[in-house]
Amino acid sequence: MLAIEVKNLTKKFNRLKAVNNISFKVEKGEIFGLLGPNGAGKTTTIKMLITLVKPNGGEAKVWGFDILKQKNEVRNSIGIVFQEPALDNRLTGKENLDFHARLYGLDKETRKKRIKEVLELVELRDKANVLVGNYSGGMQRRLEIARGLMHYPKILFLDEPSLGLDTQTRRRIWEYILRLNKKEKTTIVLTTHYMEEADYLCQRVAIIDFGKIVALDTPANLKSVLGGDVISIEAVPSEKAFQVFQKISWVKKINQHNGTIDLNCEQGEKKIPLLMKIDQENLGFEIKSINLRKPTLEDVFLHFTGKTIRETEVSQSEKNKRAMRRRFRR
Amino acid sequence: MRAKNLQVIYVMWLREMKIFLRAKSRWISNLALPFFFLFTMAFGFRRFRIAGVFHGMSYGNFLVPGIIGMTMLFSSMFTGISILWDRDFGFLKEIMVAPVKRSAVILGRVSGGVTNNLIQGISILLSSFLIGFRINSLLSIFWALLFMVVISVGFNGLSVAIASKMRDPQAFPLIMHFFTYPAFLFSGALFPIADLPFWLRSFSYLDPLTYGVDGLRGVLVGFSQFPPILDLSVLLIFSLAMVILGSWLFSRTEV
Ligand SMILES: Nc1ncnc2c1ncn2[C@@H]1O[C@H](COP(=O)(O)OP(=O)(O)OP(=O)(O)O)[C@@H](O)[C@H]1O
Ligand SMILES: [Mg+2]
Repeated sequence: MLAIEVKNLTKKFNRLKAVNNISFKVEKGEIFGLLGPNGAGKTTTIKMLITLVKPNGGEAKVWGFDILKQKNEVRNSIGIVFQEPALDNRLTGKENLDFHARLYGLDKETRKKRIKEVLELVELRDKANVLVGNYSGGMQRRLEIARGLMHYPKILFLDEPSLGLDTQTRRRIWEYILRLNKKEKTTIVLTTHYMEEADYLCQRVAIIDFGKIVALDTPANLKSVLGGDVISIEAVPSEKAFQVFQKISWVKKINQHNGTIDLNCEQGEKKIPLLMKIDQENLGFEIKSINLRKPTLEDVFLHFTGKTIRETEVSQSEKNKRAMRRRFRR
Repeated sequence: MRAKNLQVIYVMWLREMKIFLRAKSRWISNLALPFFFLFTMAFGFRRFRIAGVFHGMSYGNFLVPGIIGMTMLFSSMFTGISILWDRDFGFLKEIMVAPVKRSAVILGRVSGGVTNNLIQGISILLSSFLIGFRINSLLSIFWALLFMVVISVGFNGLSVAIASKMRDPQAFPLIMHFFTYPAFLFSGALFPIADLPFWLRSFSYLDPLTYGVDGLRGVLVGFSQFPPILDLSVLLIFSLAMVILGSWLFSRTEV
């Protein structure tokens, strides 16, 4: 059985197709990422899977249960960390967890044990009895992750888990996610617009843009679509160098622009010594500089969507600010 | 499954209680208004005798049940406000994705609201003894509590129903006042509705609080327009209808 199976899922808001006929599968125990810019339809996809929004078409099974016909079973199998904060600021951290545990029907013993466990995981034990209103944004996020785990969900959905957090807190959250996936075998579905995050955490990534999945594979395979690593070389005279490099068997693609030559190849770090040898053979040109660049998911994103995710980053930083303001409002 | 629902009702109730106990400002505002009304009116109209009222009963004795009814009405609206706050906070999502019955969630909230109302009702009743309020017998208190419960269940349900249809927390007080002030003024909390001209009185008959105030007055001081059992029946139907309406509308809200 698969953890999640999505077939032709569609959601329209008026005329806008927020999610347009998407299909994918998530294996048990996997960390699966939905990567895309603002408004791509990531949250809407998640909301359909967690039974908060009714799709206009298509079907999906979560842990084997139909999202339309077996809502309660779906809800029982999943934990969620929403994009926007969803804590009660007037209760303490522990009370928020206890409320959640009771809502999910955990007995007293289990509640006590589990609260301790999850607080330990997210390193919030010493803040357990502080009102959530007095938590920092990062602490609130960690508490939300802890809460999502309270009832031993089979699948944990994380909608932009590190949105608006500093690099350090983000790293910590990544560690919790990996630890959790390993220790409790929880399947994880996360959305993000941070390339790094998708690359570091996810076994497979679906790139989503305008409500459609434009690519879906492991980060490594996605990158290899771009033709491997890029070695940029400055050489004089560059025409001569170009002719020589063209004949090398491991060069998959060669480009020349502004006096720089770009070579596409696999395992670029091992090719640099080879280039040095060629340079010493005195073939009528001289290498001035060599630069190796590994493709990032950023490049993959650019390749598939025709835009860099940074173009969306500006509005995102606005959005982060808004999210933080919400967090601190009370 | 049934035990699970009780657990859900309990946890929703527990949360309302915790929040309520911590919100000092709410305590003050909740208790201040009824006391303010009670004392100013009871003393201000001390020398009034109301025609048609049993043995020319004092206005204070006439007023106390009305003030209790008023408190049940106004305070019930907090339950709706707390739903809107939850939506605004994002906390409502946490509740909506939980594998629980929506009606159990609403019953929990309503019972939280009813508990708050009872605390207020009892404190008004006790302090009114200080200004010379006298009841028929000790048993009156039991019946009065029963009336307080049904009145506040009904208006809590109404408040949930309104809140479920609303998106904007700022607009809620406006809509709420649109319901609560007429309900209060037509209920006969301040004067006997028998004195109203017929066309106005017909509004009173449509007002559920009329039966609440009348019933409370009947069981506490032995003066009422209708037999208290009739009042109770009307209120039971009203509160059942409101809880069903509230749960139904709440289960249809999107977050
Ligand atoms: N309730 C709604 N009513 C109308 N339009 C909506 C609603 N929710 C989402 N949309 C629209 O659907 C599109 C997809 O939104 P969604 O929130 O799924 O994007 P996202 O990928 O999560 O973006 P972000 O990175 O900003 O969170 C957007 O254009 C958004 O404006
Ligand atoms: Mg989103």
